[in-house]
Amino acid sequence: MSSHTGKFGEYGGQYVPEALMPAIEELEDAYQRYVLENEDGFMDDFRARLADFGGRPTPLQHAKRLSERYDRDVYLKREDLLHGGAHKLNNALGQVLLAKYMGKERIIAETGAGQHGTATAMACAHLGMPCEVYMGRRDINRQRPNVFRMRLNGAEVNPVTVGRGTLKEAISETMRDWATNVEDTHYVIGSVVGPHPFPAMVRDFQRVISEEAREQIREKAGRLPDSVLTCAGGGSNTMGVFAEFIPDDDVDLYAVEAGGSSLEVDEEAGVAPNSATLSTGTEGVLHGSRTRVLQDRDGQIMESHSVSAGLDYAGVGPELADLVDRGRVTAVNVDDDHALEGFHRLSQLEGVIPALESAHAAAYVEENHEDLGEVILLNISGRGDKDLETVLEETHGRDIENAPEIETFAETGGFQ
Amino acid sequence: MSRIAEAFADGPAFVPYLAAGDPNYEASLSYVEALERGGADVIELGLPFSEPIAEGPTIQSAIVRALEGGMTPTRFFEFVEDLDVDVPLVCMTYYNLIYQFGEGEEKGPEAFVRRAAEVGIEGFVVPDLPAEEAAPLREACDAHDCELVFIVAPTTRGERLERIMSQVSGYVYVQARLGTTGARADLSDQTDESLARIAEWDVPKAVGFGISSGDHAQRVIEAGADGVIVGSALVDIVAKGVERGDPPVTVASRLESKARELKEGALRGAAGSNEQPHPERT
Ligand SMILES: Cc1ncc(COP(=O)(O)O)c(C=O)c1O
Repeated sequence: MSSHTGKFGEYGGQYVPEALMPAIEELEDAYQRYVLENEDGFMDDFRARLADFGGRPTPLQHAKRLSERYDRDVYLKREDLLHGGAHKLNNALGQVLLAKYMGKERIIAETGAGQHGTATAMACAHLGMPCEVYMGRRDINRQRPNVFRMRLNGAEVNPVTVGRGTLKEAISETMRDWATNVEDTHYVIGSVVGPHPFPAMVRDFQRVISEEAREQIREKAGRLPDSVLTCAGGGSNTMGVFAEFIPDDDVDLYAVEAGGSSLEVDEEAGVAPNSATLSTGTEGVLHGSRTRVLQDRDGQIMESHSVSAGLDYAGVGPELADLVDRGRVTAVNVDDDHALEGFHRLSQLEGVIPALESAHAAAYVEENHEDLGEVILLNISGRGDKDLETVLEETHGRDIENAPEIETFAETGGFQ
Repeated sequence: MSRIAEAFADGPAFVPYLAAGDPNYEASLSYVEALERGGADVIELGLPFSEPIAEGPTIQSAIVRALEGGMTPTRFFEFVEDLDVDVPLVCMTYYNLIYQFGEGEEKGPEAFVRRAAEVGIEGFVVPDLPAEEAAPLREACDAHDCELVFIVAPTTRGERLERIMSQVSGYVYVQARLGTTGARADLSDQTDESLARIAEWDVPKAVGFGISSGDHAQRVIEAGADGVIVGSALVDIVAKGVERGDPPVTVASRLESKARELKEGALRGAAGSNEQPHPERT
């Protein structure tokens, strides 16, 4: 595993159009100098901004009622309290700042849940960079508050209508923009995916989560956790919260994927009703790297599904795929219904309204706490404000055991 | 000399592209055949992939139509077998389809190229496979006497040029401008600069991305190219046919005359550059 070759076992690499290769080489060089070698004090600048603008460090909260419920200690790493409401700012701020150091003049990004787009728009406003965000039409509809936030920060939001209009299509579209404007534009990829150096670089920007969490849990619990859990879409909060624990062999790492409505795949229709790439995907090449992907037998990429837009992606970071293959990370999954239960439980028991993405990890702890040891670290990758409309609709439409009474709300048309 | 090399040796080559199976199998066969009647010297046949990141909206839509029409790698090879054309065929696709082709131990570039060569494909263009990642495909191409075409972009300089030069065969695809595929109304200076950078290369140079008329074709050849590659302008004709519900014979004849216009433009360009080796571009 090395950030220098861009390969993680069999995974990784650089599978992009020739027009982008020089920009990727330029980025590799900038990553090496500024991020790894702290040239011009880049990393100091980055950390200072994460503190003052971002609100780091985020707390590690002992979740008292969950701990009682499970009869063990559960700690929540509160990335939902980071500015913007999700871990996404760590990476977006890092990359926009890097682009600035590199002398780029324009920022583009793609977004699924809108969290990465929001974070990028905020970082651009903060640093004075023009910003355009590509977002699938379907995701625009289910994440409207985030679309508005991007607009408020001065970003353009470009709807993507091809395919099913979700993250995979938005990434392809952003790559096209990049190929057209590569000379002055930086593409802020939103997760640990894409061609080298993105997977390694995004991990390094997100690593701050585990740097803090490791210190904090030592202080609060007096020891390292038995297990660390978090959700995995592309895998950036995942790699961020795992990174510093990887050498700790006694700490079990769980990547919780979106099981959607089923793990069964409709090969004929080319649709996977889940986004459980690590659990059910196969090796392939997507969006610039070789990794695990949801694909049919021919290699066509499948449409994925999750109740949470941020997990709804047919690929996953190459490093995470390799860690799963090597047995260092365990990939598990939680379906839509259980994720909704997890959402309501955390809201009711802890007063923390989590992102639907994070609710997957919380739901996994509910079902499996007996196997997770005495001290559990659960990463809350983001807050659920963006998801309220979806939660209302999805909870109303199905039988979620622990949901509060929301009939009247749903019948009055929700938040419209 | 390979048949692709011969096609370039005989004067300026006209290299049209269509997505195989757009909008359906039968019509698409007749469209590709129409290109040959119109004067194609080499034909690039797109094997549709679900995430065509190097394509603009025109070809992307063609790919969506072809996929909806049931095109798959297996069908693609049947398609090539069913085609009644004599000119050399180049398969243009994305790496994941090559990587996934075949079963078990046999899976991958070797299996793909073997099957492609069997049905008569003589070369490959894979826009998401840079020279750095191309070794397995290069080996398979060598083993089956196929050409591996690489793209030189306006941004390609220095060491990257060397790396591509050492790997390219058949022809080099000179990307006329930054961006994705798509017909344009004008030609860019980037074309001349790119051609100048590879002037010494001992392989035919074909310019593509944005060429849409006989005049463009003429100018590209005058600028020193050995061939012109035209995709979106032809795919547009297929798209319009679908939109208006025109019968395939009508669309095929439009394709044939567009092909003729482009080929004639290229021929004019060659005639012009013989009289005037360093034409001033306006
Ligand atoms: C709150 C939240 N958590 C998790 C994710 C999933 O992304 P990743 O797996 O890259 O952390 C997203 C993506 O948008 C998100 O918004």
